[in-house]
Amino acid sequence: MDFKFDIEKNMEKVRCLETFIEKNRQVPGVLIPVLQEAQGLFGYLAREVMEIIARGLDVPVSKVFGVATYYTQFTFMPKGENDISICLGTACYVKGAQEILEEVQNILGIKDGETTPDLKFSITSTRCVGDCSLAPVVLVNDDIYPNVNKKEVKDIIAKYKVEVECYDHL
Amino acid sequence: MITYEKLVQMSLEQRAILEERLLKEDKIEIKDGFIVLKGDYYKEQIRIALKNCGIIDPGNIEEYIALDGYKSLARALIEETPIKIIEQISESNLRGRGGAGFPTGRKWNEAYKTLSDQKYFICNADEGDPGAFMDRSILENDPHSVLEGMAIGGYAIGSNQGYIYVRAEYPMAVKKLRIAIKQAKEYGLLGDNILGTGFNFDIELRLGSGAFVCGEGTALIESIEGKRGMPRNKKARTSHKGLYQQPTILNNVETIACVPVILQRGTEWFKNIGTEKSTGTKVFALVGKVEKAGLVEVPMGMPLRNIINDIGGGVQDGKALKAVQTGGPSGGCIPVSLMDTPVDFESLDKIGSIIGSGGMVVMDENTCMVDIARFFLEFTVDESCGKCTPCRVGNKRMLEILTMITNGTAELHHIEDLKEIAEVIAETSLCGLGQTAPNPVLSTLNYFYDEYLTHVKDKKCPAGVCQALITYSIDEKCIGCTKCVKVCPTSCISGNKKEQHEIDQNLCVVCGACFEICPVSAIRKG
Repeated sequence: MDFKFDIEKNMEKVRCLETFIEKNRQVPGVLIPVLQEAQGLFGYLAREVMEIIARGLDVPVSKVFGVATYYTQFTFMPKGENDISICLGTACYVKGAQEILEEVQNILGIKDGETTPDLKFSITSTRCVGDCSLAPVVLVNDDIYPNVNKKEVKDIIAKYKVEVECYDHL
Repeated sequence: MITYEKLVQMSLEQRAILEERLLKEDKIEIKDGFIVLKGDYYKEQIRIALKNCGIIDPGNIEEYIALDGYKSLARALIEETPIKIIEQISESNLRGRGGAGFPTGRKWNEAYKTLSDQKYFICNADEGDPGAFMDRSILENDPHSVLEGMAIGGYAIGSNQGYIYVRAEYPMAVKKLRIAIKQAKEYGLLGDNILGTGFNFDIELRLGSGAFVCGEGTALIESIEGKRGMPRNKKARTSHKGLYQQPTILNNVETIACVPVILQRGTEWFKNIGTEKSTGTKVFALVGKVEKAGLVEVPMGMPLRNIINDIGGGVQDGKALKAVQTGGPSGGCIPVSLMDTPVDFESLDKIGSIIGSGGMVVMDENTCMVDIARFFLEFTVDESCGKCTPCRVGNKRMLEILTMITNGTAELHHIEDLKEIAEVIAETSLCGLGQTAPNPVLSTLNYFYDEYLTHVKDKKCPAGVCQALITYSIDEKCIGCTKCVKVCPTSCISGNKKEQHEIDQNLCVVCGACFEICPVSAIRKG
């Protein structure tokens, strides 16, 4: 799916990013903190944003791309308003996290790592979130849902969108 | 600025306030003058790295000071020379809790002896092993113990700059650390001229970005330098040439949290806990299909069975224990027959697993060991940085074979191939990730060979996990309620009302809907 980055609409955030770069450009190893700042501001790393970073730090765009694509935390597609993360750590996995992921995919009609066309939801499977004693764990934005079972998934999603039924492919 | 005398006085005053609060909450008891958590779960545990967790308010430095916090640092700076500190840590035989078990004192000594204007002390808080969360717990519940340990380490090796590399997945830990660093600076226990002794030590936070391999020392260093976090060729030790090519010490969170306690209570005390070669305690994340999941800190050498049964309360729902997986993706699966193995560095190594960072995942009869091996391989393939060929290509080939086994398309020779590839990867990979990646496969092949055979020869998954190898059938318990007929997406269930139904195996897509809805458990999976 293609999402267009509108630089005009984001001018204020772009200025914020440029100020951050200007202030910290001398700090050794600052590229990753800058990428983190940018993702925090825009929600994802658009190509145009990475070009701004490259200019600001005076490094080739290829280096910015290379580093950004190496780390899974960085995303190049906007996340949905509600990001659903399903922990696939070992403890969650042995307690059925895979089934829960499949259920979320079925309900929303998108795959892991994708965003719904209306930008309402995205699915991100994550590595261990460190809540293993509550496995399996699902996070929606910052809300933690412990000991989730497959049947509860629909209700969890419904909390974030009343008309959840329209996604239902089952 | 706080002085040593003020620190001691504050400790006394605050301790009384803290004790009063805790006794009111009725969570603790006082044992030999030490505050410990109450209850059966904690009875068999000895808490060193977790000693303050659940007891103090991590956002209040005064509560940390109340429990002798920063006293070890103060005494080290005022009374001891750096080499004396290193001698004590060496003498205690403290070994790295991040997985490799390298003697901490020896590491520090290397960095101490290497002359340089700038040295670095890094805390590795990139806890990436799925199923392990002890570092997160320490960072969130007792951040000052890590700061104090780092400052002591910095003083010992001659460094004035520390870094904590924390996973971005731990936002709460980052928040607590920021507060703790700010407080420690306000009290003059971090920053310039600590306790008026002229020693400077500053700590900067760096956030990881979701790359498992960055838990490897040299990859972590590359990442702090702002590059792709790929392991370096090991021409030099990081204690000689690490961050920005300067002498650098990298220690795990739990290791660092042990340091102030060892200096406070003495090396003899520490050595008396655990075994001769593996001294002290280890924190384990006891999780999976266990009754009481959580963090346990036990003396090294405690048998696995005791940890799972006595502390964890045994397997959930009264099911049979099948295996325990230790050490995350670098570790192995230990079968029931070896449950009496003492948990220490040497013993686990002997049976093909490792302590690793301390993940301990309990598996019952419903866990398929081939599927678990495939799960870990999927993880490694995803997380391999791609720098060296055995890891980049070899693990992918292993995953392909394991996938074939779990979907019933493998032949017998594939098991042999799997073993051969695993051995080559272990011998020829550049970093720890590759060298240990085949462990889950090798250990399951070793202890659960029959299960592999059943998958390949009989095309069956005894645990009922591998979708392609499962069949559903209806037994005589069926009451003919027709609930299953209604949910079946392919309409492959037939039968008269109030009579036993039947599934047409040719049409069944093994979705499991009938299995879940059956009110009398008449659907058999296998």
